[in-house]
Amino acid sequence: MEVLVVFLPLLAFLVAGSIALFAGSPDAHHGHGHDHGHDSHGGHGHHGPDWRDRAAQFVTCGALLVCAVLSWILFFQVTGHGGPRTVQLFTWMDSGALEVSWALRVDQLTAVMLVVVNTVSAMVHVYSVGYMSHDPNKPRFMAYLSLFTFCMLMLVTADNLVQLFFGWEGVGLASYLLINFWYDKPSANNAAMKAFIVNRVGDFGFVLGIFALFVLVGSVEFDTIFAKAPELVGQKITFLSWQFDALTCACLLLFIGAMGKSAQLGLHTWLPDAMEGPTPVSALIHAATMVTAGVFMICRLSPVFEYAPDALAVVTIVGGLTAIVAATIGFTQFDIKRVIAYSTMSQLGYMFFAAGVSAYGAAMFHLFTHAFFKALLFLGAGSVIHAMSDEQDMRNMGGIWRLIPVTYALMWIGSLALAGIPVFAGFYSKDIVLEAAFADHSAHGTFVFWLGIAAAFLTAFYSWRLLFMAFHGKPRANERVMAHVHESPLIMTVPLAVLAVGAVFAGMLFNHSFVGEGREHFWGAAIKVLHENDTLEAAHHVPGWVPMLPLIVGLVGIALAYVLYIMMPGLPGRIANAAKGAHQFLYNKWYFDELYDTLFVKPARWLGYGLWKAGDGAVIDGVGPDGIAAATQDVAARASRLQSGYVYHYAFAMVIGVVALVVWLSMFG
Amino acid sequence: MANWPLLTFTTFLPLVGAVAIFFVRGTQEDVARNARYVALWTTIITFVLSLFIWINFDPANPAYQMVERREWIPDFNITYHMGVDGISVLFVILSTFLMPLCILASWESVQTRVKEYMIAFLVLETLMIGMFCSLDFVLFYMFFEGVLIPMFLIIGVWGGPRRVYAAFKFFLYTLLGSVLMLIAILVMYFQAGTTDIPTITATAFPRNMQIWLWLAFFASFAVKVPMWPVHTWLPDAHVEAPTAGSVILAGVLLKMGGYGFLRFNIPMLPEATEFFTPLVYTLSVIAVIYTSLVALAQEDMKKLIAYSSVAHMGFVTIGMFALNEQGIQGSIFQMLSHGIVSGALFLCVGVVYDRLHTREIARYGGLVHRMPKYAVVFLFMTMASVGLPGTSGFVGEFLVLLGAFRDNTWVAMLAATGMILGAAYALWLYRRIVYGKLTKEDVKHHMFEMNGREIAVFVPLIIVVLWMGIYPTSFLKVTEASTAQLIQTYQSKLAAAASSVSVAAR
Repeated sequence: MEVLVVFLPLLAFLVAGSIALFAGSPDAHHGHGHDHGHDSHGGHGHHGPDWRDRAAQFVTCGALLVCAVLSWILFFQVTGHGGPRTVQLFTWMDSGALEVSWALRVDQLTAVMLVVVNTVSAMVHVYSVGYMSHDPNKPRFMAYLSLFTFCMLMLVTADNLVQLFFGWEGVGLASYLLINFWYDKPSANNAAMKAFIVNRVGDFGFVLGIFALFVLVGSVEFDTIFAKAPELVGQKITFLSWQFDALTCACLLLFIGAMGKSAQLGLHTWLPDAMEGPTPVSALIHAATMVTAGVFMICRLSPVFEYAPDALAVVTIVGGLTAIVAATIGFTQFDIKRVIAYSTMSQLGYMFFAAGVSAYGAAMFHLFTHAFFKALLFLGAGSVIHAMSDEQDMRNMGGIWRLIPVTYALMWIGSLALAGIPVFAGFYSKDIVLEAAFADHSAHGTFVFWLGIAAAFLTAFYSWRLLFMAFHGKPRANERVMAHVHESPLIMTVPLAVLAVGAVFAGMLFNHSFVGEGREHFWGAAIKVLHENDTLEAAHHVPGWVPMLPLIVGLVGIALAYVLYIMMPGLPGRIANAAKGAHQFLYNKWYFDELYDTLFVKPARWLGYGLWKAGDGAVIDGVGPDGIAAATQDVAARASRLQSGYVYHYAFAMVIGVVALVVWLSMFG
Repeated sequence: MANWPLLTFTTFLPLVGAVAIFFVRGTQEDVARNARYVALWTTIITFVLSLFIWINFDPANPAYQMVERREWIPDFNITYHMGVDGISVLFVILSTFLMPLCILASWESVQTRVKEYMIAFLVLETLMIGMFCSLDFVLFYMFFEGVLIPMFLIIGVWGGPRRVYAAFKFFLYTLLGSVLMLIAILVMYFQAGTTDIPTITATAFPRNMQIWLWLAFFASFAVKVPMWPVHTWLPDAHVEAPTAGSVILAGVLLKMGGYGFLRFNIPMLPEATEFFTPLVYTLSVIAVIYTSLVALAQEDMKKLIAYSSVAHMGFVTIGMFALNEQGIQGSIFQMLSHGIVSGALFLCVGVVYDRLHTREIARYGGLVHRMPKYAVVFLFMTMASVGLPGTSGFVGEFLVLLGAFRDNTWVAMLAATGMILGAAYALWLYRRIVYGKLTKEDVKHHMFEMNGREIAVFVPLIIVVLWMGIYPTSFLKVTEASTAQLIQTYQSKLAAAASSVSVAAR
């Protein structure tokens, strides 16, 4: 069954990919060279159902629905009486002491991820059938989605660091392909490249981390590493020319990888740009699954990170800063997808600082609930965009809530869950994250607690800003667009409803087992928390105001959004004008892109060109082969000039020769 | 079968084919067609024959296998001595594997002097296989230098507009290094009294002599690899060479340098190797970073891939001088992988060059609209070049970096930046050629999908890249025992040298 769950999507990818590649491309007949302005569907001629499209959609959706059901079964087996299991497939690499195998490890942590990945992926597959109905390249799109799912499953079922890296890079490739799905758009090309290259920066740290652990432990298998980790406390490693605490160094290097994949501050710049991809992609990859891989990695490696408290402190602080910075950018953006993208980044920050204070259960819990409500929000936004004829700018929306009531209601559910309003899923997970940070009773724990509270306020504010701007007020779109506004078909709203069920109930149902009394039984050996670091236990004994505070600031945020965008809609513009500097700074995303462009991109170009022309051209070739060739010609030319034919030239040369010979003989002879 | 002189057969079969083509007569068209078919079948049969070498090879045995030894010039103690071990056997397979694909790739693109072209390629094949199998210095040197001649002709006769400049640059660069190697071989001969490679490997040379010998060999092999700063012949040679010439150049000829280090510098001159390792590391790290940056600035497709080859070979030299299992096995693996992947990338360039007759990147764009299958193949090979796990490129790069990390974290860290830069230039190239809107008129009208012959060239390459990426054990197993022996030889010789020094000091 484990094998089936992982490899069905691969099979689906191969089938759909073959259809896209070999069954004759509809692209050749129609839909050629269109400018896909924004999320592109609608507009250019509706193609009737085509057998290729139908076959690809049927195979991929079918496979994923089966996978989703199987993963829930696996989930209950593994977390129930069945216990964890590992399926060994075959050897991958074997060189000296290094032994790596392909294996499927399904423990409690994996089971949770399987459920998240396959459920959301199945819903996104089905939703895409409706969402992409006007696109000429449906089989290719479905194939990419399935490829992504397969890589993600390989990632979560890895039983060693190298297979984890395989999945890690595989999802990166799938993300690259899907961001670039509309490859006619230069902006999509750039965004895809940026995503891949920024992630590579993270991977750079990741592989060095793998090497460091291998040098320390002599293996890349999780079980061996986990068993040896306690012995490594206090051991030193020489990295570059300095001595570091071995585990801290290895964990920090691995964390660089997690920062890249999960868009943490510093390596986050690719995530907002990744919204160039079709909206289902944003929901699946850039909200629910791939970007949470970094959180998963840290929880997976909890038996190592637990012994590296300094590394955990760094994780905590980076997570906290990401949460707040992303939230400040989020509330100034106008593109509906970018607002949600920054909100994702902010929520990932929460997960990281939860893991940083050793509340891995809380991190996974927030990952779990977030997957449902954030996928819901993204797909809901997609439904809005669909209804608004590809409009993504919230300044051109408004006044449509009566026209698309189902989408509107579902967006409310997603926002309530995101803002952490009681009963909804986010309430349970966000509260426990913040309580655990507070209960850590360390300087960095308290620091991120307050950052988290501030971010919670901003989260509630920008969520309702989004709702009010997109759905309420006077319609700001033109008449043609407004006349066309329509509710999405069932094939899109049903997956939304399924996710909404998760967004409502996931917190309530799993609170006890993920972070409550049942957590030790639930997680088993998959998560390791040292007794003195058990913040989840401590979180149940925090003062009464701590759990209340996030709720209060959330409600204040909602109220403020109501005041600013419903009661006095002219005010936000005036405030933005009054604090122009601050607003510009936030609106331009703290100028990270500009900074990196000046620091890295331009110098690399400049250096490359300079080294090519000056280094290779002028110096190496100039002095080397070309120089020698020129010098040889020069000498030859001079030599030929000596043969002038005049007798006195030769006579003169002979005299000089004789004199030189005599002098030499008289001196040394 | 075991008693057959299998290596000799494999080595000289292409020469037989070349002779057969030489005697082809008839109208020009007939000659061309017959030459193509004879060349194709000769290379295919050679490949099949070489597979028997692999089958007969016992991976558990680190020594030379399928050894053949005949008297040759007894007065000077020179023998005809052939054999393969775990280090060389896969390079033989690589050469024979790429050859039929090269012939196929030249099927239509070469129209002038087809007969001579095919003869040149078959002679080249004999020389390459012979080089990897030789166990005698004189024999080795003949094959090693002989390779230059057909390659010189292939670039000089069938190349692009600046072919004469490129051919001479290639020839002089490599010849200069080789002359020094010849001197080193003579010195070794006078020291050991034989040109037999296994015997010389067992001989201990004094430390001072080792330093000079090492430098002489290094001069020759560093040019071949090529290492920075003697790499500038490579971009010119690649740009001017015909597609198949580039494939062999990148696929096999560069590996002769790496093979030379493994066969001569490291086991024969261990003390000098230890002494010069920092030099090799420095030059390799510079190569990785410098040429990756330069690749970023290229406007010519072939030049870009040529520079990327220098960067990839930088990984190779780092790995072998790390002198541990992962490093050396990784560097051999990386060489095999690079042979396939860069060969395939040059073939990818060849496909579009045959249609538009330009290598300028800016002239392309939006190919995915007309050539979706080509886009998939090109993307696959780009990802293999970038080192995506699951492809052959990853295994080599990962093992090399791991080996380097065990020896020197600075080197591993700096070389790992090549992962980032590599992704940047490869994706930048791919994006400019394949993605974007289809706007250019000539691209619209001339770029049609790959035909059956072109696809047939790529299918085996894709299969091998995946095989090497997912189940590299088939290949690592072959190199394992010989690598272990190489390291053991190196270390025991170093230990012996150290103890003799301490004895002398007493």
